[in-house]
Amino acid sequence: MRASRRGDPYWMLLPTLLLLFVFFIFPLGMLFEHSLFSWDLLTPPRYVGLANYRSLWRSGELWHTFATTLSISSAVVFGSMTAGLALALLLDRPGRWAAFVRSAVFSAYVVSWVSVGLLFLWLLDADSGILAALWRFLSHGRAPRFLADPALAPWAVAAVTIWKITGYALVIFLSGLQDVPQSILEAAELDGASAARRFRSVTWPLLRPTTLFVATTSLIASFQLFDVVRVMTQGGPVRSTTVFVYAIYEQLFLDLRVGRASAEAVVFFGILLVLTAAQLWLFRAEEGV
Amino acid sequence: MTRSRRSGARHWLRTGALGVVALIWLFPYLWMGLTSLKPLTEIVSSPTALWPKQPTLDAYRAVFRSLTLARYFFNTSVMALGIAALQITLALPAGYALAKLRFRGRSWAFGLIVATLLVPAQVRFVPVFSLLAGVGLVNTLSGLILPFGVSALGTFLVRQALLSVPDSQIEAARIDGASELYIVYRLLAPLLRPTLVSLFLFSFVSHWNDYFWPLVLTTDEHARTLPLAIALLREQGTGVRWHIVMAGNVLLSLPALAVFAAAQRHLLRAVTVRGFGG
Repeated sequence: MRASRRGDPYWMLLPTLLLLFVFFIFPLGMLFEHSLFSWDLLTPPRYVGLANYRSLWRSGELWHTFATTLSISSAVVFGSMTAGLALALLLDRPGRWAAFVRSAVFSAYVVSWVSVGLLFLWLLDADSGILAALWRFLSHGRAPRFLADPALAPWAVAAVTIWKITGYALVIFLSGLQDVPQSILEAAELDGASAARRFRSVTWPLLRPTTLFVATTSLIASFQLFDVVRVMTQGGPVRSTTVFVYAIYEQLFLDLRVGRASAEAVVFFGILLVLTAAQLWLFRAEEGV
Repeated sequence: MTRSRRSGARHWLRTGALGVVALIWLFPYLWMGLTSLKPLTEIVSSPTALWPKQPTLDAYRAVFRSLTLARYFFNTSVMALGIAALQITLALPAGYALAKLRFRGRSWAFGLIVATLLVPAQVRFVPVFSLLAGVGLVNTLSGLILPFGVSALGTFLVRQALLSVPDSQIEAARIDGASELYIVYRLLAPLLRPTLVSLFLFSFVSHWNDYFWPLVLTTDEHARTLPLAIALLREQGTGVRWHIVMAGNVLLSLPALAVFAAAQRHLLRAVTVRGFGG
């Protein structure tokens, strides 16, 4: 369609493009530039070339942060997808009770990360938390200090995250199940296929695109985990939960190292781009089949 | 006979499993509420007793005493409403231009908007912080709102929705002498109501809940928002006074849960559309 006046489309897009430029494009440029400087926000910045990147790499910090983020994310993706799919299969039926349980699970996705973090800090509290009490009751032994033990803290953070975002996987899987034709399932049942067999041969293959979608979106989202770490563990104990965003935040606001924070953010951005590219490539491949 | 008995058993098994699931997701809220009603003595002496022996609102009084809650509620509402309203106001004309008007640079503009979907707040906060600090917008509500004034996803979804509106409807309005602004806000906006409501609610809830951006962009009381204040309640050495933290937590999560209860359908729609659209 033609615009009534030639200028119309431009002023209609102007505010949007202006804000995108000021808060997305321009900051990205600044980020790259800052990553080449040593700057503490107080004294003037000093050009250091790639020294920030080198020091992140040589100190092993980058690798440690990446490994921490990847292991927590993998646990989150695996856990929330398995739970989401199992619940979707259980809840894929009409009725109030099923609708109620679906709402209950999804509500955690709507409540803030701060609420969830504080809530589980209290539930998991080693001295007076009710989960620790339950553990003691069941095992007749001492409950582990979930958030104070570097071997357990990442999994505790992952478990809390799974509790929070399973509702997302559930909702997407439920809408994916709508696309599985009932007639095929019924035909398979008439042919004597067991429930397990029907799932393996009909539902699972047809859910493939949905599964792929949930997996990639939750992986990209869980790479950006921050709030729950900030509230529950502050990256500790002994940096066992220092994920990417927390590490960048720490560099900037606790250590006042803008250059190093920027360099780490650039690397983080690169990783997110690779993950997104992989996602697009997977979907392209899927459509091509 | 055996078949019906077996399916009966299966029915109860399924109901039981669902009960366990409901318990896993609802018990934490219940525990939050119950804890907030206990007096300090009970938190110390019997922290895992289910019901408060002497229920009291002391914890809530303590929250109101130690925080200027009215200000945080005000800040959080203004920020979340401001962002949601601004996003929709800007997405409508932009989406309209991209969906309906032919002009030079259209695919370029569209590509740019979609590309910004790749830049999350967690990447741009370092430079945006120094940018806003440079113009004195740290610790202001504008500093909290403006960086989220445009939702690339929102613009994209409005454009997609407008593609299915027939051109003839717009042309008819033009013949009647309607201005482009009238067409966008008075003719097309009502047609897109379900999409816009979902976008608005989703944006409102996510920014009401947002912790990261206000944490980065506020350093004092002035523009502090509720999630920050409640998280600080824990950090400011409340020690064992979990009833106070939980009372604050109830105040923080109730509005989000209320929106959820009232508009679940819209939020579900936002999530599934978001999913397959973006």
